[in-house]
Amino acid sequence: MHIVVCIKQVPDSAQIRVHPVTNTIMRQGVPAIVNPYDLFSLEEALRLKDVHGGRVTVITMGPPQAEAALRKCIAFGADEAILVTDRAFAGADTLATSYALASAITQIGKDQAVDMVFAGKQTIDGDTAQVGPGIAKRMDLQLLTYVSQVDALDLMTRTVRVQRRAEGGVQVLTTKLPCLVTMLEGSNEMRFASMDNMFRAARYQLKVWDRVAAGIDDVGKIGLKGSPTVVSKVFAPQARTQRAEIIDTESGEPRDIALTLLSKLFTQHPKLGEAISKRAT
Amino acid sequence: MAEKFDAIVVGAGPSGNAAAYTLAKSGLKVLQLERGEYPGSKNVQGAILYADALERIIPDFREDAPLERHIIEQRMWVLDDASFIGSHYRSDDFNKPPHNRYTIIRAQFDKWFSQKAQEAGVLLICETTVTDLIMDGTQVIGVRTDRLGGSIYADVVILADGVNSMLARKAGFRPELNPGDVALAVKEIHFMPEETIASRFNVSGDAGVVIEMIGKITKGMMGTGFLYTNKESLTIGVGCMLSDFKKQKISPNRLLEEMKSHPSIRPLIEGGEMKEYAAHLIPEGGYKAIPRIYGEGWLIAGDSGMFVNAVHREGSNLAMTTGRIAAETVIELAAQGKACSTKNLAAYRAKLDQSFVMKDMKKYQNLPDILHRNPQFLTTYPELLNQAAHIMLKVDGVDKKSKEKQIRSNFAHRRSLFGLVGDAYKMWRAFE
Repeated sequence: MHIVVCIKQVPDSAQIRVHPVTNTIMRQGVPAIVNPYDLFSLEEALRLKDVHGGRVTVITMGPPQAEAALRKCIAFGADEAILVTDRAFAGADTLATSYALASAITQIGKDQAVDMVFAGKQTIDGDTAQVGPGIAKRMDLQLLTYVSQVDALDLMTRTVRVQRRAEGGVQVLTTKLPCLVTMLEGSNEMRFASMDNMFRAARYQLKVWDRVAAGIDDVGKIGLKGSPTVVSKVFAPQARTQRAEIIDTESGEPRDIALTLLSKLFTQHPKLGEAISKRAT
Repeated sequence: MAEKFDAIVVGAGPSGNAAAYTLAKSGLKVLQLERGEYPGSKNVQGAILYADALERIIPDFREDAPLERHIIEQRMWVLDDASFIGSHYRSDDFNKPPHNRYTIIRAQFDKWFSQKAQEAGVLLICETTVTDLIMDGTQVIGVRTDRLGGSIYADVVILADGVNSMLARKAGFRPELNPGDVALAVKEIHFMPEETIASRFNVSGDAGVVIEMIGKITKGMMGTGFLYTNKESLTIGVGCMLSDFKKQKISPNRLLEEMKSHPSIRPLIEGGEMKEYAAHLIPEGGYKAIPRIYGEGWLIAGDSGMFVNAVHREGSNLAMTTGRIAAETVIELAAQGKACSTKNLAAYRAKLDQSFVMKDMKKYQNLPDILHRNPQFLTTYPELLNQAAHIMLKVDGVDKKSKEKQIRSNFAHRRSLFGLVGDAYKMWRAFE
């Protein structure tokens, strides 16, 4: 059983500021973390390994400093980590990224066939949720997104049954391996690494692959060249100037307070008032 | 299997990093444990870096350390409610490299310092809390962590775990913190464009200004306020003895809010956008509060050993120096094949006694007591000094001799002649 988990190092978006003058994102001093959604996928992969044996390989495409994020995954219990890094990847959008990762995972598979690929539901910095499905499409893997639980994995019949969050309910799906899974947040809780794994992570020599090692020949499909996405404008969202209004409830009957509230609502939203009175008549 | 190291350093602040770096540089096998997510993630300081202490550890630190501004001007303000009287010392000599002092952002600086230690060979493990010391009788032989299989062994353990030092307290090396021996400081970092800082503080390039403040801002509590210029931000904060906060029932953040609205301070920070808010305890008990700092297989360095010179606002340099000297003591013993016994580690204390660390700590040993018993130094005198300046500088047709008489009588009225002489003597004793 060989599971590959795709992760991304992201700036902790809770701590990001926009430069008040230049309107650019101030990354200085903002801690880099493993994309939180990826951790649910990593933990699920580790649990499958605990039960079925095998190994977990973690992969990321990113700058050299993404090493820290991979090291963290080793501490949690991943067996191997591969950093795919090359200047040629700079400026990649989700299309180019999924191409590069699919290519790298194919290379990993040459060493030991990959049974499952896990990816985060989405990242907290890009929020597109496109890279996981993109990899599945390119590698022709069964795609299971928004999975809340992996119910059963049968390595004999090479099938997996999962629960998938869907609009208005839960789908129970069975599919063939190999497949790609993105886990829903909150579906599990990341384990607390053991001291041995902390030592292993601190000393681990991770594999660093450049474009060629990742099996990519066509530079037109990676980096800026392979990215059709155009960023037309970047701006900081403006804080709402409108303040909440407090209605004094100390004095007056509930009926009066309700009327005050309604009259305020209808004054501010005249159309709402019209619609309601129309329905009433 | 439990691992064995030559030394374990607990904590990745200035003293821990100084110790770990120095030990690893000499070839010893060092493990450093830090409870924060990364070195600097939990560390708080004003923060001023005194170059000398770091230079003795990493001589060429200026090449790549993340420094904000070098300080060319020091202002000392004594504040009344609506005014301040003060002295400014600015020298172009401070503009000439190598610079003497810098403002730093600790989250970045500590990361850099730790990186240097790791490059020197330190094995750093973060997000791991040391919960206990492993003892063999009275001898410390290792540490236990909060992780599964978390026992690790070493010939010596250096406790550089900061002001609260749970470990030293748990092991009985140090008593419970006394609220009269620690200050609680709060600070904010306000973003401000470089050009605004340059024009507001009359500096250019990487030059910067620090303002240290005493007086009515601390409402009679023993403490100081400060304002430092960073590259693209200002740090403003205030700290007072924890026991005073308790007694006066004033919240530290309210104290800082009021300080920020002082008419002499408000214009300096106006327009800034608050980026960060932090609070920390500072061990200000002085010489008398220093616990036992060495024993069978263990040493204490930095804040954990209460090494802070509150009068001169020095702490991180004492932390680095004690960390370095602790490491050097261990290195010497290792080189001679001697054990890290109480008797042998006594050399650590002896070296500190010979250094500026203990000499400075000893010099001001009576100051905390004197200021504590004489709050007039922080309340009445700032008011009198400001009044005096106001009387002398206001041109209102009153002759200067009468003005002088008025000032004299104000002083005598508030403190009495006897009190004035007594206060002068006390101050002389404190700084002697």
